[in-house]
Amino acid sequence: MVVTPSRVIPVEKAERRPRRRRAHWTQVAAYVLLALGAVLMLFPFVWMLLSSFKEAREVLSPGFWPKQMTLVNYIEVITRTSFPRWFLNSLIVATATTASVLFLCSMVGYVLARLRFPGRTLIFVLILSTLMIPTEMLVIPWYVISSRFGWINTYWGLIFPGLIPGFGVFLMRQFFQTLPGDLFDAARIDGVSEPGLFFRIGLPLVGPGLAALGIFSFIGNWNAYLWPLIAGQSPSMRTVPVGISLFSGEAGAAWHLIMAASSLAIIPVLLVFVLLQRQIIEGVVLTGLKG
Amino acid sequence: MTSRTAHRRKGLSLTQREAIWAYVFLALPLFFFLAVRFWPAIQSFRLSLYTWHVDPARRTFIGLDYYREMFASPVFHQALKNTLLYAVVTVPASIALGLAVALLLQSITWGRGLFRAIYFAPYITPAVGIAWVWGWMYNQNFGLFNRLILAWWDFAERIGAEWLIIQPQAFLRNPSTALYAVAAVVVWQQLGFQVVIFLAGLQGISRSYYEAAMIDGANRWQIFRHITLPLLNPVMVFAVIITTINVLQLFDQIVNINFTDQGGPLNRTLSLALYMFNEAFGRARVGYAAAITVVLFLMILIITLIQLRITQRRVEY
Repeated sequence: MVVTPSRVIPVEKAERRPRRRRAHWTQVAAYVLLALGAVLMLFPFVWMLLSSFKEAREVLSPGFWPKQMTLVNYIEVITRTSFPRWFLNSLIVATATTASVLFLCSMVGYVLARLRFPGRTLIFVLILSTLMIPTEMLVIPWYVISSRFGWINTYWGLIFPGLIPGFGVFLMRQFFQTLPGDLFDAARIDGVSEPGLFFRIGLPLVGPGLAALGIFSFIGNWNAYLWPLIAGQSPSMRTVPVGISLFSGEAGAAWHLIMAASSLAIIPVLLVFVLLQRQIIEGVVLTGLKG
Repeated sequence: MTSRTAHRRKGLSLTQREAIWAYVFLALPLFFFLAVRFWPAIQSFRLSLYTWHVDPARRTFIGLDYYREMFASPVFHQALKNTLLYAVVTVPASIALGLAVALLLQSITWGRGLFRAIYFAPYITPAVGIAWVWGWMYNQNFGLFNRLILAWWDFAERIGAEWLIIQPQAFLRNPSTALYAVAAVVVWQQLGFQVVIFLAGLQGISRSYYEAAMIDGANRWQIFRHITLPLLNPVMVFAVIITTINVLQLFDQIVNINFTDQGGPLNRTLSLALYMFNEAFGRARVGYAAAITVVLFLMILIITLIQLRITQRRVEY
């Protein structure tokens, strides 16, 4: 756009004051719109909590606030189901998977980023191409393998498919690539062994990547539903989502119980989110824009 | 240099040592990728060509029979149509809303982090729990939305404006609204991802472009249309592709939002993923279910290839 100076300067001068006032009003409008949207985003959570504190009869009555806050629904869900066991199962599955993801993805990421060897590009492309395979396509063969080896309703059966996700390898490779190559060359000349280069030089420098990947892996595995539904249906081997889903299915129209159950599934994740909000959001940006 | 001579003595150069260590590190992970990703994917292709039996020796080769059956099946057509419809509805809606929220967030000075967290929260919460909550809000008799509609009805009657009255809706039980009711939940849950991605994208755009445009006398719309949108293009492509791939695999929400009639009413909310699940684990039609997943895989493959096409044709501004 070609603009002659003679036109620009007066416009700038003339608009200086009104523009500031307009900016003020657009800010107010932005806050109003954002607040309305925030209410819509939060309302399902609020409604869930309010319903979960209501008594069986009251949950169907038109009132908004619970007349009397009660924990009866929570007590009933926890005593009638094996919720504590499901919670433990989810904890075991998510923790074990995350430990494996952090170790193996950073190791493979390091090797692909920092070591030179024949076939490096081919291996990287192979790993990357697994991102295109939908889980739906894998669950049937996984189920066939698991039944043959007796892995159904075992922790190993729930854990094994998620040990090394391709996206984690990709993410960690990106992180290791940003480190200066001289660092590794110097350490190598000083006689640091190859495992030492990874454990002692590389790993301590990719902390932010490990944090993002760890949080994501944990939340992803905590929320996972399709494979745990197939591999862990026995009441003692359900994870939280599977347990809540099947329990709520049996509860029928007992919405007070279902809302208490849903709260039990959602609230731990929301708490983690409140605590680790910064890292989680940065993680999305990292995995998103780098990946 | 002492280490180098030491390796020489063992007969290995530094590069050879490096390569050997690389393969040592990679052995186990590569075995995993082959055994838990590639082999099962190939196995799904194979299974779709055979009748199912637990004993591999008793499976009979039937070629493309399952695919023929599938393409003749009205349920498959419905599931395919629904799956594409979910994508066509939720991807543009969540992108447009996410971009709008990101732009609003960028224009405010205080509370950006708080709002961003609120919009993002649904994205990380388990879809299973979320779906039950929404199922309750959509409930035909006691759900929140119908309570609001009834309250509005009362209000309209009281002020004597009958034309304002809205009838209560059976959102999830009405075949013509059920899919959109589910799609709304998906938009609500995906929105935060778009907000975070777009906000990061917006922050990556240099201020000097905006300053230059302001000096040139461009108005807000012109700045958005000719600067923000084109520079946001790579982020946009990424968001579209990721969301599309996620939505094509929609499963958790559909199973749980209407648990007693999963995929219903009249299969109007059935997705390919749920159809596969029912065929494989409900009816033990494993080969047929495998054929469905092959179709799903091909859809995702095509979308990914389109993505590579677009992102490799980098446009410089």
